[in-house]
Amino acid sequence: MNVLVVLPLVIPLVAAAASLLAWGNSRLQRWLGVLGTGALASVGVVLLLAVREQGILVVEVGNWPAPFGIVLVADLLSAIMVLLTGIIGFAVALYSLATVEARHEAFGYFPLLQILLLGVCGAFLTGDIFNLYVWFEVMLIASFVLLALGGRRSQIEGALKYVTLNLIASVFFLSGVGILYGLTGTLNMADLALRLPQVGRPELVTALAMLFLCAFGIKAAIFPLFFWLPASYHTPPAAVSALFAGLLTKVGVYAIFRTFTLIFTNDVAFTHSLLLLIAGLTMVVGVLGAVAQREFRRVLSFHIVSQIGYMIMGLAIYTPLALAASIFYVVHHIIVKTNLFLVSGVARRLSGTYELAGGGGLYRSFPLLSLLFLVPALSLAGLPPFSGFVAKLGLVVAGVEAGSYAIVAVALGVSLLTLYSMAKIWQEAFWKRQPEGAATEVARPSGWSLPALQLPIAMLALITISIGLLGEPVFQLAQEAADQLLDPRGYIEAVLGAEAVAGWPR
Amino acid sequence: MELTLALVVGGLFAAGLYSILRRSIVRIAIGLVLIGHAANLLIFTAARLTRYQPPIIAPDAEAVVQPAADPLPQAMILTAIVISFAVLVFALVLIHRVYQVVGSDDLDELTTTDRPDE
Repeated sequence: MNVLVVLPLVIPLVAAAASLLAWGNSRLQRWLGVLGTGALASVGVVLLLAVREQGILVVEVGNWPAPFGIVLVADLLSAIMVLLTGIIGFAVALYSLATVEARHEAFGYFPLLQILLLGVCGAFLTGDIFNLYVWFEVMLIASFVLLALGGRRSQIEGALKYVTLNLIASVFFLSGVGILYGLTGTLNMADLALRLPQVGRPELVTALAMLFLCAFGIKAAIFPLFFWLPASYHTPPAAVSALFAGLLTKVGVYAIFRTFTLIFTNDVAFTHSLLLLIAGLTMVVGVLGAVAQREFRRVLSFHIVSQIGYMIMGLAIYTPLALAASIFYVVHHIIVKTNLFLVSGVARRLSGTYELAGGGGLYRSFPLLSLLFLVPALSLAGLPPFSGFVAKLGLVVAGVEAGSYAIVAVALGVSLLTLYSMAKIWQEAFWKRQPEGAATEVARPSGWSLPALQLPIAMLALITISIGLLGEPVFQLAQEAADQLLDPRGYIEAVLGAEAVAGWPR
Repeated sequence: MELTLALVVGGLFAAGLYSILRRSIVRIAIGLVLIGHAANLLIFTAARLTRYQPPIIAPDAEAVVQPAADPLPQAMILTAIVISFAVLVFALVLIHRVYQVVGSDDLDELTTTDRPDE
């Protein structure tokens, strides 16, 4: 048994259990939080290196042979996502040290953080579609509590919208799994890829693909299923919304990537054209929503929606280069988006408000923070030399090569609007003077607390710059991950053995 | 039998989604219960409704008597029931809190952060 694949699940689980045992001892819980997420990030690095060297790693849980038991599969995409989960978890845990409120901590903030990471890692690693549902639920229940923790009116209202729509998505997902099992008699994703083409009911399989697209689409916040996201992400504390913004929707995107490259590829002409249309609409509607907003985190929330469109765009074009660019985009986006939400939290502490109109003057008083905002903001808009530039360049080149000029035009136009909306935040929250009398009495962070807040932000900004400057090797990695996705033989062979793939048509 | 259950599943989905679309938050809870049941019944139906032998190997036999029933859908439903039970309890508590905090069960009142003046 390959311990390395199981460790990303064991570490958060142990850390969560240990911090539950340390209930009431907030100091110990804090260090367990940092230690657990740090260990997760380190294991992520080791796992990625191992997968790159040895190929796809598979663990049969409980030693039940593959199509019958649950398998954990770490291919390059999974390993990349686990590493990102570790990095984001670590940054958020560090940030939480300085920001978490005592009453949140008393109700289990740190154990919940670990359970959320557990669910996310589980979803990335599982090779069984019903098990994927279970990990989704683990992740959701932790996110429900984190969102509502604290119980302010806005949070409770946001939580109700979030909970309801996510539960509906779960029921759709579950129904899809049920029908899939009825059709094929298996739940193992590799086995599904083999058996689904033999069902002989292509129309039913395509309808089923649409059911899964709805279920994952709600979680990934694609058009027209994104309404829960801007209604809830601006309500919890900044650390929590940063964690959600970085990871949760991307689990939905990952699930779409996995199912629409491995399982539902029988009617690419229809499903992926539909995905292309959805991608374009998601980009445009998301960015228009962001342009209309006047509140820091709401602008960012709508940008999440818009960015999801770019990720789906690469999958929809469905060439190796496009898929690689999409994976690169996911990597870039997770780091950048989390960072922007963390900055919004600091800006709120320093100026007393999330409203753009009431804020201001941060550049004059805190130039370092302003610089740290500019890095992810410009990266989000896709300016060189940051990571967003490479990601968008990849998508645009892939789009032009595939002849999808319309979507390329949309992507570039949306980029401009993204830049406009980042400039709006810069101008309002950082550049202009804070209006007289608008400043509420804010306890200015004293002593070490401002550096402590800026440390994780600087860390993520550094990663953004490195990904931008080291675009070539990172893109190479994304290319390898995309090749694995586009030719699922390797995945199926790793799970079911070489003879299973032998007679496979593709 | 399949047809009856298919109609029941469809009816439950329709009733559940209709309840969720109402403005009252209590109906959301009822709607979530109904579509949860619908999904479980759907798995049950999709996994064939035929009377087969129980998939248990007798003490003096080497293999199960074919055709044997498939126990996996029941296990899936059981898992799904447990999960939806836990999630639903959370949703109920949340709905209760919403009622306490907002003082109304009207979804249209949940607009604190949507008003421009706040």
